[in-house]
Amino acid sequence: MWKHHTKLERHSLPLVIAILIVVSIGGIVEIAPLFYLESTIEKVEGVRPYTPLELEGRDIYIREGCYTCHSQMIRPLRDEVERYGHYSLAAESMYDHPFQWGSKRTGPDLARVGGKYSDSWHTDHLIDPRSVVPESVMPPYAFLAKKTLDYGAIEDKIRAMTRVGVPYTQDMIDNAKEDLETQADPFAAPTKLQNRYGGKVLQRDFDGDPDRLTEMDALVAYLQMLGGLVDFSTYQAEAPENRR
Amino acid sequence: MSKRETDEVTGVETTGHEWDGIRELDNPLPRWWLYVFYAGIAVAAVYWVLMPAWPGVSGYTKGMLGQSDRADVVRELQGLKQLRGAQAAKLQKASLEEIEADPELQAYAQAIGQSVFGDNCATCHGTGGVGTKGYANLRDDVWLWGGSLSDIHRTIEVGIRSDHPQTRFSQMPAFGRDQMLTSAQISDLTEYVVMLSRRKADAAAVARAAPTYAEQCAACHGVEGLGDQTKGAPNLTDQEWLYGSSRDDIRGQIWAGKGGVMPSWKTRFDPETLKALAVYIHANAGGQ
Repeated sequence: MWKHHTKLERHSLPLVIAILIVVSIGGIVEIAPLFYLESTIEKVEGVRPYTPLELEGRDIYIREGCYTCHSQMIRPLRDEVERYGHYSLAAESMYDHPFQWGSKRTGPDLARVGGKYSDSWHTDHLIDPRSVVPESVMPPYAFLAKKTLDYGAIEDKIRAMTRVGVPYTQDMIDNAKEDLETQADPFAAPTKLQNRYGGKVLQRDFDGDPDRLTEMDALVAYLQMLGGLVDFSTYQAEAPENRR
Repeated sequence: MSKRETDEVTGVETTGHEWDGIRELDNPLPRWWLYVFYAGIAVAAVYWVLMPAWPGVSGYTKGMLGQSDRADVVRELQGLKQLRGAQAAKLQKASLEEIEADPELQAYAQAIGQSVFGDNCATCHGTGGVGTKGYANLRDDVWLWGGSLSDIHRTIEVGIRSDHPQTRFSQMPAFGRDQMLTSAQISDLTEYVVMLSRRKADAAAVARAAPTYAEQCAACHGVEGLGDQTKGAPNLTDQEWLYGSSRDDIRGQIWAGKGGVMPSWKTRFDPETLKALAVYIHANAGGQ
């Protein structure tokens, strides 16, 4: 065997291939099963794909790098559950591509921030964080309120999501622009939007500026739905298939 | 392949490799390191048996100890309840008034209330509860929806303009934006409100605005401007107002009245926490 080892060490290409094989063993054992094991994602009620407005908001969240300071992952630890609420489930981020679990908390976890504060608080806080939280170190994002939301590519964005497995229907893709405008307009008829995305969809003027559809509208719409989808009254935490 | 030989200077065997005339000593690893390494492998093997470890085709090996982080956190939360012990049970049974009357229970409620306030309420109302423009100051003795123990408890429970079905709700009409009053009438009314709040105002404008006030404003704010806590209508004779007290602020509120949202906390807190928070705010923020 040691003789063969010499061959490997003296030829760079076989050495590279052998290194790749050895290094990928860890990945194959740890990651690959998550794709085929059905027990990875809990079976819960309520999780739906993002509405077009929320999806645009999520893109802004990623564009501005919110994830570098905010996690969206409540770990199953006593103190975290006491502070933020029920620990995060895999099912809650199954339509996230990429997921926003994050790895660092300079600011608080946002996994259940939806509904915790008012829309106007989010708007005020994003425009000038220190106007409402004097000790905050968050940078201001005032331009979001001034910048008109460009949602010209929303249909393509949703189509891209279907390619990675998010169950949007053709109906959702075709009406994406209409749904997006409906959600930000409190006076628009909600029926079609609710038929497509469920009755719990929040529909209002999120940024307090009724004349314009801004990036602030999209981001606040996204923040206000975080963590509120799963119906925890029907979630069996003690069931063997939900144990981790 | 060259052969292994002993180095003359150190007396250590070489690895037998030779690269451009350079040979490598084959010093053995320190024994202690090697034993720790083997022990590590042995521990890993034991770990695989005891703890969840290997993925399979349809599941994973659960391990003999049946360890589960999610089951652990449930147990830890129960432990927390036990740690809080008898006081928490008392808190659950006692009425708000009883909690406030019992010094021991009140101290306990205040401790809980303080930490809950700091994490959840201070975000809008400020660390000390003094609020900011648009977010109510809890520290003064002016209350929009009532400052009694039960009023405060109710406000936390159902919120204001929240998604709770029984939420507290009031709406200041947008007299200007919705063209219910003319711009001149609103300017006069502004002076009237300035007068109500015991400041110097333009007497002629006040006289002109009196009938408009009686017709449009008195139903909620009262004939004398004292407000009505059952309707959430602010008292216009003080100047402790949510959206400011300058003439521009007053005019803005009459033109297109703002109304903030306070979320309902009923689903986020358990009933004991809700009570503790009400007691904390009542005691520290000048409750009535």
